[in-house]
Amino acid sequence: MSSTKMILGLFDDPDEMMHGIEKLQKNSVPIYDVYTPMPIHGIEDKLGIKESRLGYAAFCFGCLGGSVIFSIVYYTLVHDWPMNIGGKPHFAMPNFVPFTFEWTILWTAFGMVFTFFYATHLFPGRTPRVMDLRATDDRFVIAIDAKGNIPHDDITRILQEAGAVEVKHNDRKYVSYE
Amino acid sequence: MASHSESIIREPLITGKNITYAQITNDVLFPVENKPNKAWWIGFIAASMGATLWLFAMSWTFWYGVGEWGLNKTVGWAWDITSFVWWVGIGHAGTLISAVLLLFRQNWRNSINRSAEAMTIFAVICAATYIFGHMGRTWLAYWTLPLPNQYGSLWVNWNSALMMDVFAISTYFSVSLVFWYTGLLPDISAIRDRATGLRQKIYSVLSFGWTGSVKTWQRFETVSLILAGISTPLVLSVHTIVSFDFATSLEPGWHTTIFPPYFVAGAIFSGFAMVQTLLLVVRKVLGLENYITMFHIESMNKIILVTGSIVGVAYITEFFIAWYSGSEYEQYTFLNRFIGPYWWAACMMYGCNVLMTQLMWFKSIRTSIPIAWGLSIVVNIGMWFERFVIIVVSLHRDYLPSSWAMFYPTWVDVSIFIGSIGLFFTMFLLFLRVLPSVAIAEVKLLLKSSSEQAKKKLIEEGHLDPDQVAYYKESLTKFDSVELADYDKV
Repeated sequence: MSSTKMILGLFDDPDEMMHGIEKLQKNSVPIYDVYTPMPIHGIEDKLGIKESRLGYAAFCFGCLGGSVIFSIVYYTLVHDWPMNIGGKPHFAMPNFVPFTFEWTILWTAFGMVFTFFYATHLFPGRTPRVMDLRATDDRFVIAIDAKGNIPHDDITRILQEAGAVEVKHNDRKYVSYE
Repeated sequence: MASHSESIIREPLITGKNITYAQITNDVLFPVENKPNKAWWIGFIAASMGATLWLFAMSWTFWYGVGEWGLNKTVGWAWDITSFVWWVGIGHAGTLISAVLLLFRQNWRNSINRSAEAMTIFAVICAATYIFGHMGRTWLAYWTLPLPNQYGSLWVNWNSALMMDVFAISTYFSVSLVFWYTGLLPDISAIRDRATGLRQKIYSVLSFGWTGSVKTWQRFETVSLILAGISTPLVLSVHTIVSFDFATSLEPGWHTTIFPPYFVAGAIFSGFAMVQTLLLVVRKVLGLENYITMFHIESMNKIILVTGSIVGVAYITEFFIAWYSGSEYEQYTFLNRFIGPYWWAACMMYGCNVLMTQLMWFKSIRTSIPIAWGLSIVVNIGMWFERFVIIVVSLHRDYLPSSWAMFYPTWVDVSIFIGSIGLFFTMFLLFLRVLPSVAIAEVKLLLKSSSEQAKKKLIEEGHLDPDQVAYYKESLTKFDSVELADYDKV
């Protein structure tokens, strides 16, 4: 039994990597994940990843932020301590607009970004789970879970035929824990 | 893949031969991974001396109070708010580049957005120091928050434009910061994965554990797009609200409905000038000529020309409306700009902002680095004087001639302003040392489609319309980073 945990196909070109994904899929090899130094357009469709729902979260946070500040302004200016300023109406809606607008944006931004960090497990100090250190530089890495996907040599051959510049058989899942 | 190639008549966004993904990383991270050169040290020493002056003058203000400034009973707002509006305006270009140009799919933003956003953040920090500086009792700054009576004041006055400013500036700063930092995560990870020891640990913490997996990138792109979508109205709202500080008053010269669009155009105008001032130096000193090309410089100069002309139209409109209004006070204010004691400030304003930028109609001027740099400084000066003219010149002679007075800045006023420029450059130079000044991942996206080498390969393959190829070669002549001799053969 080999001690290989992950098989990595390293490509130096995004188009060849996409070709590699196709070849693996044609041979029914499940792909664990793909690590790239830049976003690859169209890869989600190929890997069957559903569209992100962050937009819905952003919308909800925006509505919440706008409602919160509108309520605060209403409570202080109209309900708690109404002031007679030259007989003008207490509930002067146009003056509410800048505050409501700014907090809608503020809550949308922070709510969405923190949802993104939460969902993707990003936070300061999290140990990076890196399989190949060049995946943030110039390598487009397809990772395949070695367990159950045998024979490994066939996978290696598929990757090499697709144009991988290097195929790694890693004994450890992540190389970043030292 | 054929579907990747871009029309040949578009100018290249990355020049140079044999640029690879690895080389982009190397080129951009060079200043981060190596000891700084002499030019950096000279700049840093000069800037930090300025920052020290700022610290001293600010401390002086806090210790002795705002009475140390040149304000008087008539001119109660002067140097401080002039510089505040100047800095906030400068910040606007960064958001425009990162958000508005993203929505319009302007790929040339990819190599300048990072440093422009950093500039935004540092400029807004400088602006914020003026807000805290003018409070006098800075430790009571929390009174601007809606806290109940027990904390020492009634509820804040939500009807005031200054309160709107508190919300606009704080939202603008924090959203810009989030936008900038989220975009930095993949590039910080690039530093992390090449570093060792303590450096690696520090960048590891800063990278939030970024890996670049498919799902991460997908969410990242969604986040970027939505942040761009909300930052676009945000940036327009910020200077609109800054203009409310003046427009909602009854002061002649301030009380006008044209202020919001006029201020926004002026802000983008001055911001692009500052981006130009910084980037022309950065590209030379950090050797980024292949990524910040002549096309980028010329595009920014075109935006300076457009926004400068919008500002010019706003100036003319102001004069027309002053005459057309029939209001003597309004008319006098505008006449006083030229015949009053501050005529020289108005000359700086109209001369620098309107007359000088019209030179940008000439291609030879737009593509000349020394002239473009000089003009960007001229715009920076002109826009400072614009705010000075609007604020001080309007205030110093308004309704009551018996109250007319002059404003003379003290050494504290001047030192805070000069010092804040030092503070800004200190932060910017430190940024260049510790973080990538160009968005590495976003530039890599352009390599296969929009680089000079990719387009050259297309020409060599043939199949292209010869007229379009000739047009493309013609457009390359302005670039200072392209070897034209290579195109003789192809």
